[in-house]
Amino acid sequence: MFVEPIASVGAGARRIAQEVGGIVVMTGQVLRALVPARPLRDWIDTRELGKNLYKMGNKSVPIVVLTAFFAGGLMTLQTGPFVKKLGATSLAGWGAGYAVLREIGPILIGLMFSGRVGANNTAELATMTVTEQLDGLRALAIDPVRFLIVPRVLAMVVMLVALTVIGDLVALLGASVVGRFMLGIDWSTMYYSFADNLKPYDFLHGIYKSIAFGGAIAVASCYFGVTVRGGAVGVGRAVNAAVVAAAVAIMLLDFFITYLSA
Amino acid sequence: MKQRITTLGGGVLDALRAARELWLVYVATIAGVVRGGRRKGDIARQMYSIGNRSLVFIIVTLGFIGMVMTYEACLQLSRVTGDYSQIGSQFVRLIVSDFGPTLTALMLATRVGAGIAAEIGSMKVTEQIDALRMSGVLPIDYLIVPRFLASLVMTLVLATLGGMVMYLAGGLTAHYSFNVNTHIFFDLQFLRIRHVILMVVKALAYGAAIPIVAGFCGLRARGSSEGVGWATTAAVIGASFSVIVLDFIISAVALWVTGGDL
Repeated sequence: MFVEPIASVGAGARRIAQEVGGIVVMTGQVLRALVPARPLRDWIDTRELGKNLYKMGNKSVPIVVLTAFFAGGLMTLQTGPFVKKLGATSLAGWGAGYAVLREIGPILIGLMFSGRVGANNTAELATMTVTEQLDGLRALAIDPVRFLIVPRVLAMVVMLVALTVIGDLVALLGASVVGRFMLGIDWSTMYYSFADNLKPYDFLHGIYKSIAFGGAIAVASCYFGVTVRGGAVGVGRAVNAAVVAAAVAIMLLDFFITYLSA
Repeated sequence: MKQRITTLGGGVLDALRAARELWLVYVATIAGVVRGGRRKGDIARQMYSIGNRSLVFIIVTLGFIGMVMTYEACLQLSRVTGDYSQIGSQFVRLIVSDFGPTLTALMLATRVGAGIAAEIGSMKVTEQIDALRMSGVLPIDYLIVPRFLASLVMTLVLATLGGMVMYLAGGLTAHYSFNVNTHIFFDLQFLRIRHVILMVVKALAYGAAIPIVAGFCGLRARGSSEGVGWATTAAVIGASFSVIVLDFIISAVALWVTGGDL
């Protein structure tokens, strides 16, 4: 009677090990494909890269801007009352800005990016896989990793960094707007509070994180896209697995980067 | 120029139509809850798949984020005052009134939202929804209502658990990395009953929003496997974004009701 729970735990552990292993192998393949090839025009498909940069970056700007604005506002809402109680409004920007630049900005923008771009990418690759388009590419002697996956991974890393830069700025704006209209903190007080308390390093810390998050989201979403099995149900399940894996990866990487860089 | 205006107007009209449909799904769900007449065990099964199966995911992600947040806060304090006596009591106030329910709901929006949309979306594209309608069963009563009720309960349960994991992980980090005494950290002096009320309100609001947004996206799925992928992506984005917006609205109202002394 104890066999069944133990067996299910073991099966779960095996599945996780298999997925982690698959993701690591795919990371290796992507890194190997990034070594410049000869002739150079075979190295990276620039047309595919440009298409993905536009689709993943430009098209995500509205949702990232909205998320960042609310996230910045929320940080002031949470820290503001405490700061006002102490009578130190000049510190309002410290709490909100520090949380936004180092943690909340990269994490929330990463999660939204994973939902919009990562999930979309998994759905697209999974549809290609179940309709046997990947096998078609292989039959034409085109390496799917080099042609499909590498441009996507590069585009996601570049665009998540760009979107985090925009998002950080919008979040600080959101923090100032909420501070002005809901807590009555002056624009200039907020501005000097940001300028005096935030260091360039705080901003860079968030950018390092977004590079790591972008890589993790990209590789996880591609992995679950190309390993999908079985029709429409399989595609839905692959997208689900990809967003869950990306969320776990974001939290783990966030912890390790914070811990190691302190 | 004329074409641009047409695209813009078309986008606005699409958004309004979607909002109206979402509202109709919401009303139909509430009507279904009132009408009752559910099959035995349906809700329990959904509670298992929404709650129990998210347990490890929630514990891992919220545990790590609790560690990161305490670490960052202690790091900042060590540079300014070096006084850690209030960190735990303020941290628990923030967890209960905001981070616990909101971060749990964001994680659930990715896992549960994607799961619901993938499941209902695959049923939609394989015409199972039409089959339900033909047999005289209302798809919303049959599919969304049990998920709605299960999610209301389980989001509250998981938010409580997630908050506790965050608090514990934060306390251990503060103890081992910064030598903060656990008696000083685990101190509930700033926690008021209104923070707990706020947490329950937020968890219920998120728990209601996630299955309705995800179910709505699933029901809109069209085409084949590509449509399911799109629906799942839209569900993750819609559910995450509604969590952030609801958090902002509820926090702002709470601040206004308590007169800035939250």
